[in-house]
Parts: sequence; C-alpha cells; structure tokens
Amino acid sequence: MTIPGILGILVFTAAAVAIAKPVGLYLYAVFNGGRTWLDPVMRPLEKRIYRWTGVNPAQEMRWTQYFLALLAFNVVGFVFLYIFLRIQAGLPFNPQHLKDLGPHLSFNTAVSFMTNTNWQAYGGEFTMSYVSQTMLVVQQVLSPITGLAMVVAFIRGFTRKSGNSLGNFWVDLVRAVLWIMLPVSVISTLVLVALGTPQNWMPYVTAHPLQGGTQSIAQGPVASMTAPMQFGDNGGGYFNMNAGQPYEAASAASLMFQSLLGVSLPVGLTYYFGKAVKDTRQGWVILGAMVAMFLGGTFVTYHAEAAGNPLIHRLGLKGPNMEGKEVRFGPALSSLFETLTTAVSWGSTAAANDSLMPIGGMVPLFNMMSGEVIIGAWGVGLLGMLSFAILAVFLAGLMVGRTPEYLGKKIQSFEVKMAVLAMIVPTFVILGFTAWAVSSKGGQAGIYNPGPHGLSEVLYAYSSGVGNNGSAFGGLGAALPFYTWTVGLAMLFGRFAMYIPALAIAGSVINKKTVPPSAGTFPTNTWLFGVLLIGTVVIVGALVFFPALALGPLAEHFALWAGHVFGGGS
Amino acid sequence: MIRHLWTATRMLILMVVLVLVYQAVTTGLAQSLMPYQANGSLVRLHGRVVGAAPIGQTFNTAKFFWSRPSAASYNAAASAASNYGPTNPALLKEVKTNLAAFLKANPGVKPSQVPMDMVTSSDSGLDPDITVASAMIQVPRVAAANHLSVSAVRALVQSQEVGRWLGMYGLPHVNVLRLNVALVKLASRNG
Amino acid sequence: MAAQIEVGRVHQESLVGPSIREAFRKLKPSWMAHNPVMFVVEIGSVLTTLDAIRYLALGDSRSFAFVLQIAIWLWLTVLFANFGEAMAEGRGQAQAAALRGARTDTMANRLVDGQTTVVAATALRKGDRVVVSAGEVIPSDGTVVEGAAAVDESAITGESAPVIRASGTDVDAVTGGTRVISDRIVVEITANPGETFLDRMIALIENAVRRKTPNEIALAILLAGLTLIFLVVVLSTEPLAVYSGHSVSLTILIALLVCLAPTTIGGLMSAIGIAGMNRLMQHNVLALSGRAIEAAGDVNSILLDKTGTLTVGNRMATEFLPVDGVDQKVVAEAALLSSLADETPEGRSVVRLAGEQYHLTRDRESLPGAEFQGFTAQTRMSGVDVEGRQIRKGAPDAVRAYLDAAQKPNGGRQLEAMVTAIGRQGGTPLVVADDRHGALGVIHLKDVVKPGIRQRLSDLKKAGIKTVMITGDNRVTAETIAREVGVDEFLAEATPEKKLEYIKREQSEGYLVAMVGDGTNDAPALAQADVAVAMSSGTQAAREAGNMVDLDSNPTKLLDIVEIGKQILITRGAMTTFSIANDVAKYFAIIPAMFVPIFPGLEALNIMHLTSPESAVLSAVIFNAIIIPLLIPLALRGVSYKPVSATTLLRNNLLIYGLGGLALPFVGIKLIDLLVTALHLVVLHG
Repeated sequence: MTIPGILGILVFTAAAVAIAKPVGLYLYAVFNGGRTWLDPVMRPLEKRIYRWTGVNPAQEMRWTQYFLALLAFNVVGFVFLYIFLRIQAGLPFNPQHLKDLGPHLSFNTAVSFMTNTNWQAYGGEFTMSYVSQTMLVVQQVLSPITGLAMVVAFIRGFTRKSGNSLGNFWVDLVRAVLWIMLPVSVISTLVLVALGTPQNWMPYVTAHPLQGGTQSIAQGPVASMTAPMQFGDNGGGYFNMNAGQPYEAASAASLMFQSLLGVSLPVGLTYYFGKAVKDTRQGWVILGAMVAMFLGGTFVTYHAEAAGNPLIHRLGLKGPNMEGKEVRFGPALSSLFETLTTAVSWGSTAAANDSLMPIGGMVPLFNMMSGEVIIGAWGVGLLGMLSFAILAVFLAGLMVGRTPEYLGKKIQSFEVKMAVLAMIVPTFVILGFTAWAVSSKGGQAGIYNPGPHGLSEVLYAYSSGVGNNGSAFGGLGAALPFYTWTVGLAMLFGRFAMYIPALAIAGSVINKKTVPPSAGTFPTNTWLFGVLLIGTVVIVGALVFFPALALGPLAEHFALWAGHVFGGGS
Repeated sequence: MIRHLWTATRMLILMVVLVLVYQAVTTGLAQSLMPYQANGSLVRLHGRVVGAAPIGQTFNTAKFFWSRPSAASYNAAASAASNYGPTNPALLKEVKTNLAAFLKANPGVKPSQVPMDMVTSSDSGLDPDITVASAMIQVPRVAAANHLSVSAVRALVQSQEVGRWLGMYGLPHVNVLRLNVALVKLASRNG
Repeated sequence: MAAQIEVGRVHQESLVGPSIREAFRKLKPSWMAHNPVMFVVEIGSVLTTLDAIRYLALGDSRSFAFVLQIAIWLWLTVLFANFGEAMAEGRGQAQAAALRGARTDTMANRLVDGQTTVVAATALRKGDRVVVSAGEVIPSDGTVVEGAAAVDESAITGESAPVIRASGTDVDAVTGGTRVISDRIVVEITANPGETFLDRMIALIENAVRRKTPNEIALAILLAGLTLIFLVVVLSTEPLAVYSGHSVSLTILIALLVCLAPTTIGGLMSAIGIAGMNRLMQHNVLALSGRAIEAAGDVNSILLDKTGTLTVGNRMATEFLPVDGVDQKVVAEAALLSSLADETPEGRSVVRLAGEQYHLTRDRESLPGAEFQGFTAQTRMSGVDVEGRQIRKGAPDAVRAYLDAAQKPNGGRQLEAMVTAIGRQGGTPLVVADDRHGALGVIHLKDVVKPGIRQRLSDLKKAGIKTVMITGDNRVTAETIAREVGVDEFLAEATPEKKLEYIKREQSEGYLVAMVGDGTNDAPALAQADVAVAMSSGTQAAREAGNMVDLDSNPTKLLDIVEIGKQILITRGAMTTFSIANDVAKYFAIIPAMFVPIFPGLEALNIMHLTSPESAVLSAVIFNAIIIPLLIPLALRGVSYKPVSATTLLRNNLLIYGLGGLALPFVGIKLIDLLVTALHLVVLHG
C-alpha cells in the first residue's frame, strides 16, 4: 500500500460524505414539495406528461397499488427491451450489422436491465446495435428510479401521520426522471466527453497502427450511456470490459468522477432519510455504518492487491497484483473502484474481478452477499439497510425492555416476518443456485478457473444477480443457457423479494401510531446503534455465507500463501 | 392491473422519446463543443489515423516501446481480460512466457527489475499505458534499435510522463501510442 | 400469606425430579413441533442416532464412538431445553395446584323467591343470588347485594387479615373460594362456571406455554427464519464440499446445523415467559393475559392516584402555628389534649407530632375526670373538657361557630389568613381553641409523601416513563404535591370523565398508558388504559375492566409490574443476542474441522487450536448443549433490571450479552476441547 493510494481512498470517502447533505436537500425538495431551480422548465413538462399518460398526480396509492404500478412499469419495460433485442438486426443505426440476440440472452439481458442489475452476459461493442444500446439506456434511466421510488415510499410509511397511502408511483417516477436523472445525465455526459469518452453515431473506426496491420476501434454514443449507467448505479457498460475499457474511463480523473457520480445519490438518500424523519442524525448514523464497512472492505482489498501474488513473486518478480488491472488506475484506485462497485452496487468494473487476489475478491463478494447495503444502489441500498436496521432493532431492542420501535413505529411480528423474508431470499438463491450449478453438468461447464476459485466465480455470479449488482468474475460462461436463466431468475428474485417485503413493511407501519421518543426508547441515532447495525450486517452476512466463503476465497487464500495452485502442476 | 399496464405503456413510450431527445441533445452538444473527444480522440500521423489515444495497440518489436500483454490482442472492437484467477496455473504460465519474452528482448534486465505491468494482462486488453518504470527499463533497447541516444529517449519518456491525478489517483504512466508516435517523430528528425 | 407465598417458596429442588420426567415426556414430536428450533434439533438427534447405528452395523468403531457421542449430546440439548421449560411450568403448576385447592366442591345456598336451596357451586349461573353465612365458602364470584361481612381471602391473596366486603360500597366484590368469617351476606353471582376469577387464574397459569405474546410471536418468527436459513446453509454445504473434492459426513453437517440454530434462546424462550408470569404472581399480581405483562414493559405514561399511591393516604399534622401572643408549645399542648379522643388518622398524627416536637406525652389515663369528645362527622371537632377548661380542635368553620357561640375571640383576620395560606399550599388547616383564650392557633395537616416514592418516580423518569398524578384536589394543592413527589404531570380535580379523556389523549399521541383503579367509576378509564391494574379489593366492575389484578390492593405495585414487564423483554433480547453471537465461535470450531480434509490450509481458521476435527465438533456440540442448563437460572430469574436510560441499558447489555456472547464460547469450547482431549473421548489425530 502506498501513501498516495491510502490518501486517495480517504479523500474520496470524505468527498462522498461531504456531498450527502447537498444531494439530500435537493432530493428532499424534489420529493417533498420544495422548490428547485429546475422548476420553471420542468413543471410545465411534468404537467404535460401527466396529461399525455392519463395520470392523476393527486391520486394516492396504498402499498399494494404502488407495487402493482411499479410492477406494471417493469413488466412493460422488460417486454419492450426483449422485443428490441430480438429484432435489432432489422432496425437502423446498426453500422456493424450486428445480429439479433437469441431468446436466452435476450431474456437474461432484459431482466438484467429492468432490475437495475446490468449483468452482461454479452460484450456490448460486439453484440449491441446503437438502437439496442439506446434501449438499454432507457432502462438505465428508469430502473434506478424504481428503486428510488421504493425507498421514498418506504420512508413515507414511517413518516406519514395519517392515511394509509404511500404516494403516487407515476409522480415519483416522472419527478425523478425530470428533476434528477436527465439533468444530471446531460451534464455528466459532457464532463465524460471532456475527459475522453466518445459520443458519436459513426461506424467503428479503422486505424492503421504504427506496427502495421489494422485496428478496428469501437465507437458510438458511449458517454451518453456511461453517464446514466454510472449515475444510476446500473453498471451495464457500453463495452465488454466496461469502465476498464479506456473509452469509458479514459483516466483516473474520469474514473473518480464516475465514482463520485455513482455514490452521490445513495449517500444523498441517507441524508434525505434523516431529513424526512425529522432527525438528520438517523441518516448520519446509517451513512456512518455504511462508510465504516465500505472503508474497511476497501482497505482489506487494497492490502491484498498491493501485497501481490506470492506465486508470481516466486518467479523473481516484485510488485502488486496487476493481472486484470489498468495502469492508469493502479492497485489502489482499482481496489477502491471494485469495492465501490459492489458496495454501491453499480456493478461496472475497472479491473478484472476474476483476477483479484482471493481476499481482494472476497470483499466484493461479501459486499453483495450482505445484501448490497453498504451504501447500495438507488433506494435499494438504503432500503436493505433499513431492513437490517429493523432486524437489529428487533434483535437488540428487546434488551432495553420495550417492544422494539424504529422511528417511533413498533416492530412486531409482521415487520419481522417481512425483514426475515428479505433476508432469506438472497440466502436461498445464492446458496441454492450455487449448489445446483456446481453439482450439475450445465453449471460446471461454465466454470473457468480451477479449484476453489471456480466456486468463487459461481458464488459471485448469483450474489451479483440476487443483489442486482451486475459485476462478475468474468471468466464464468455467463452466456451459457444454464447461467442466463438461473442468473436471470436470481435477478428477479433479488429485486422483487426485496421490494415486496419492504413495501409491505411500509404499508404496515403507516397504520401504526408513532410513539414519540423518550429516554426509554431504543436510540437509533447514536454511534452505538451504528456499531450494532454493522454487527448485524457483518454477523448475519458472514454467518450465513461462512462455509461457502471458506470453500471459495478463504481456501484459495491459504492455499495460495502455502504455494499451491489448482488444476495441474504446482 | 390492466389499467396500470396501459398507463405503464404510455409512460414508457414517453420515456423512450425523452431518452431519444437526450441522446440527440448530448450528441449535438458534444460534437459541437468537443469534436476531438467526441469522435474518439483519434491520433493521426502524416494524415493517417494510427489509432486512438485512449486505446492501446500492439507494440512488441524492438524499435517501439512495448505495450502491456493483452488478453484481447488489442482488438479494440472486443475488449477482454484474461480472467485468470491467482491460483490458476495458466496465469503463472502466461506470466512466465511474458517474462521470458521481455527478458530476451531486453538483455541485461533482471526479473526483479521487470515491472509487474509488463508481464500481466490488463483488464480491458486495451490498456494504452505502461508505468514510467516499464518505459524506462525499455529505454536502452529502444534507443539502440532507433539509433538514438539513451538520454534523448529517456528525456522523451520523461516528457510524456503523466503523474498521479491530484497526486493520489492512479500510477505515474506514459501513453504508449503517444510515446511511440513521439519516438517515430524523433527518430525521423534524427534519421 | 398462604397460597401465593407458599408457592413462591416452593423449593426448586423439589421441582427437579418431576421436571426431568417431564423433559422426556416432551420429546414427543407433536409437542416439539410447537418450537421449530428445537424440533430441528430433535430431528437431528434422530438422524445422528441412526447414523451411529449404521456405523455400529458396519463395524466402524471409531466413527461409531464419535457419532454416538454427538447423538447423545444432541439428545441432551433437546432434553435440557425441555427441562428448562418444565421447571418454569412446574413452578406455575404448583401455583395452579394451590389455587385449585381453593376451588373445592363448594355447596351453595341459592336464594330463590326468599327460599334457599342447597345446590352445587357449579350449578350457579350469572344472576343467581346466594346466601353466605359466617364460616362458609363463597361459591363463586359475585357482588355483595345485601349486608356486609368480613371475608378471609387468604386462599387467593395469601393475606391472612380479613377484609370487609359490603353492599353498596366500593368494596362489594367477592371472589369464589374465599371464606366469610363473620356476618351473613347475599351475593349476586357474576360469573358462570369456568369463568370465575379462580378458573381464569388456573387456566392462565396452565396455558402460559401455549399462548404467545406479540413479542414472543415476532421472536419465534425470527428464530424460525434463522433456523430455516441455517438449514439451507447446511444443505448447500454438502454439494459445495463435494464440488471441492470431498463430502462431509451427515453427523458433522447436523452438528453444524444444531450449533448454528439459535438453540439457546429457542430452548429457553417459553421458560422466560412463564418465569416472568410467575414472578408477577410472587408479587401477588395476576395478569389476565401475557400481552398485558409485555405492554407493562412498554408503557410510556403511568397514571398514579395521589392518595394511597404517592402519599400515605391520610393527611398528617406537620406543624403547629400559633396566633400572635400565644406560645407555640401552648398550641401543641392544646392540640394534643384535644386530639386524645380523636381516633382518626389525622388526630393520631397530631398526638404523634406533639410528642415528636415537644416531647409531650399524655394519654387519656393520665387525665382522670376529663371528659373527652371524639371526632364526628357532625361536629367536625374533637376536644376535651379538663380542669374546667374546654379545649377544641377541628375544621376552621366548625371551631369558629363554636367560638362565636361561646363569644370568645375567633382569631380574626390573622387566623383567617393562616387558614387560607395552608389551604393554598395544599394542606388542611385545623384550628385549635379553648374557652379561655379563644383561638390559639392552627394545625397544618398535609399529605405526606410515601417514603422512597420520590426515588422510584425519578427512576421511572430515567427509564423514559412519564408519571402523572391523579387527584381530586384543586390545582393549587395538586401542584404543590406534584412538585414535592416529583411527578411529571398532574391531573387536578380529576373526575372519571377527565381521567378517561386524559388517557385517550395520551394514546392518540402514541403513548401506552398504565393506571390503577378500584372503584366502579374507574372502570371506563381502566378499560381504556393499555395496562390496567385493578385492586383486588375493588368492585367487580373495576376488576373486569382491568387486565391485571393486584391481590394485595397496593397501588404502588404498578411500578413493580412495569419493571417485571421490562425484565421479561430484556431477558429475551439478551438471550437472543447471546445465542446469535455464539455462532461466530462455533463456526471457527466446526468449519476448519469440516473442510481441513479438503483444503489443509483452512487449518489456519482453527484459531482455538482445537486438538482434532472430531474433538472440535464434539466440543462445539457439548458447549451448545450445556449452555442451556447453565442459563436456566438466568431465564427463570430474569436479567437484572435497573431503571436507567435505554442508551445505558443497551450499552451494558450489548457489552455483556453481545460481546460476552462472542467471547465466551471461544473460551468454553477451548476448555471443553482440553477436557475431551484429556479424557480421550475421540480420536485425536486428524
């Protein structure tokens, strides 16, 4: 580890915390009826959209209605995208004459982008036409907003004093698109272009390298996809290697900009949450717990990567693990980005996760297994963390001698049931599908690396799917039908098993009276609660996946340092 | 539910239109404000497009500074990593091969002097950069092959050096294409 | 104190034998199924036992010995949990048995059209009238509609002093199973057979296990969920291990599952609840539902009657105030003399005060020939005629009337001012006068705060509970006393309507309200309150409106009830946290043991340096089993509760049960491993 490397990680973290408040305040203005500088432009447009789509913005929805609207929007989005992928060859803006996608891959990709996972079983530059990339952008604009709407509705459940409705999904959607997603995307696109990302609709350029021959260089509207992809924590890169591909992130500056862009809304949401519940410390404690876990993970990864591969050192070489890393990023920034990609759940990668050191790869894996709550993507991260908070409150809350309360709402059997459900599904999906994959021919066929690392690949795939992350241990044969379908299902389970219980909790607590806090109330705005929350996330996450992690990264780690390789010769 | 589906369809169509407008606006702005970057930061030499600055290409002959090993063979229409795990024998084999090739091309260099980036594949397979150390260690070979003085080539490398961003982010590096273009220019001036 | 206290003293040892038998009886799967966590353990025990038999049949003695030991410890885990539950139930059943003794086959004299017929108590229905005479047992619950009697309620309350029950008063409720000692009363029956107080009490104790409180249900869901998750973890471990090159034996997988499942809390949960209810009963409080006990832990506001709860209930003399020109001692002496015949608590307090302040000790015998006048509601004065001097003490207007009639100085403006001042401070003035000088001075009577009550109220405040004093006094008086005892709020000139309204307002703000009441007019407020403690001495209406009955009729007990409610929740929370924190160490014991044959490098995870895989697994299983009986006393006693803020409480409990739960098993498993090694219980090399 180097001083600039450590400093860089700390400075980034400080910057992320610093933007929480301004972003949170802006979100509060957008969703809680404040004024913003965009109002003169967007208000008329907003009204017109409601008129065109027949939405009555004053109509409030109960949690079931809210969910059905959200589900309908996702279903329609899925169908549209699926159709476009199947017929792209016949559509314009396809200068490379790329073929239609098959049904497996189309299903997997449509689910992937609808669920904000952006798992890519394909390589963008050699699979997707410009029209298809644009249709992917549509989901990259919309799918994070579904998550955002969810958490906004969830918070309403805890804060509204009367009624049993959680707001209007269409209004939340439209406001998020007009006030947040599109303006930020436009500005970010221009910043990215300035930092070296192309934005054109040309055919691929044929260059004549100095050493002779030709080089076909992929082109396209890269910046305008990368901006919402990164801002919305989608992660589906324009190119196969995503942010590692130099057009997508041409410099450390560009990658840092994208990182800050990706982390901005999720950290802002924690402040928004505090403001909405009228106790900003509630939000800071959540953010504090998230940042603490994030920093811990980052330094573990960075330490592992900086230490390098002892097997390679045996050849007389020195230095960090550079396999699968880009020079302009180096080990520190790569470690930071790979931890972020799973912590904030954006899923784009700037280094090959499959080639990370075992412990370096275990951190991203753990970030996803623990439910993508260590900051997390738009809404869903905070939502997951709040579910953990409910569990933590319930586990330890009894210890203060009262029925556990969170934000003044009693946590009773229904809430516990839903929070447990939200916790059970990822476990079932990750461990169940992994067990199936490693014991079936179809699953084994996709495993690329031998030994325990192969198990890590499979674990990573389902963790990424269920966590709606999208990053991968890239060696896995993700395009095989076995994985397109099982990972596709994992993505669906992950998304909706998270949504339904969370909305159900919101729908349940909104009917409960708010108990004003007193000295006897379990305090959820103190550092002590932050520690408890971390303990719950780490223990519950680690406890469940410890055996799997032992057989995967841990086994590989100890073997590696004992000088073993797997799969022939040592 | 049917009502929601109908609303959703209308809403989605509207959103698609919004995204199309977004694509058009951003492309227009980018093309008019920053045409060089927007069109791929292409590098020309004697009027010919020799590559794109951010995209690496193969350099493995004696007279050029080598770029990193690539799992994609620098196919800029299909980025790829090796995806070798750290305990995969294939990784060790790859590193051994790369190391042997590098040592052979750069006589007198000891394995411990070879920077890690010269023997390992990048993430994208299109890494345009190598560390400054990797460039420096190639200077004697490149200088000899181009009939240039070691000091001139070293100065060339130094002129191309890009430091850490804000002094913290990334590794100090040189862009291999830019360096080699500069090298070609220098060699042709001297030759 | 018969039944209750006797039960309280039931020696734990005497319950051990039956509880062990009961623990085995509870192994029945139909019984175990109500507790998913322990049911999983039982299934695991059966499977390992079968596995052991298989090894025996195969002649693999090494594996047989190991698997058999695991099987034994798994069975013990189940038995220990059952034993804990049986112990708690045993205590309850002893109580129920004692109560059942009171519900003997009583006969009743049913009154129909003025004629009595003897019928069995069980034949009585609501609305029947029965006659109960001295020496007879009251056949069922009812209201006294005619007459008054002294009743011995010791069968239920354990209090041997008889109580008066009279028609048309606030103490007209009688309970079946109690005995009339004097007089004869007519009782209108208010409960059908099986619905009486006694019946409900017995049923409650016996059903305590089956009826879960809301928090218990939520916790049970969480525990079942965790068990299910760990089941999936263990089931998926096998294919993962096979993929990695080596299968893991069934017994070790089951051992892992049992160690991970929250058996400690799962095994002790019902014991905690039953024990809590028992503790409440030892305080002579009868909760009519477990829900009410839990709600007691949750209350935010407590409504306390001033009189009897916060103050001793009677006004006491605290000061002698002379008018100008009279010595204070003269006032004291006159007050003393005039109060010798005053048998009211106020009168006695005057005598006591005079003794304390001036060492004046007189009694009636020391004044031969004196003519005493006791205090009556008509005269509102007491006094004495001694040595030709008439001394009187009483209500200001009564004494003034007396002095005016005797044409003596009535103290004029000055006395008037003194009387008013006392009234304003919430006190009661009594004027002392004699027929020689006229008004001598004033006695200041005031409410005296019960000793220790201030501390308890400030404890409650620390625990975040708001205390509200209810009084019929006017605002000024109420405020004075409120300040003195340190309540947060007070409700002056309280009427039943005002109480009800206050409770509703508090509840609409989300607060849970607890109150104590006894009279019929308390019934609406009691019915509205979340925790409503009715005095056993109160009316039937009050008793039915409340969800707890205090058999001692001691209103201060509400505070104990709140603490017990909190204690139950804390104990559950602490054990849950402890149970889950334990899993970390168990993992570090079992995971290396499971996987070292596949990846020798994982030996690095054996941070406890346990001797061999087999000893590690066995030690973890043994620890998991014996922690249950070790914690039974804690489950029965409850985690100690001190009224402090939630933050402090959480910090302390997290430190003890969270961090302690992380650390303890590391030490425990290591020690057991040393023992297992020393005794060569398993094969000790890899």
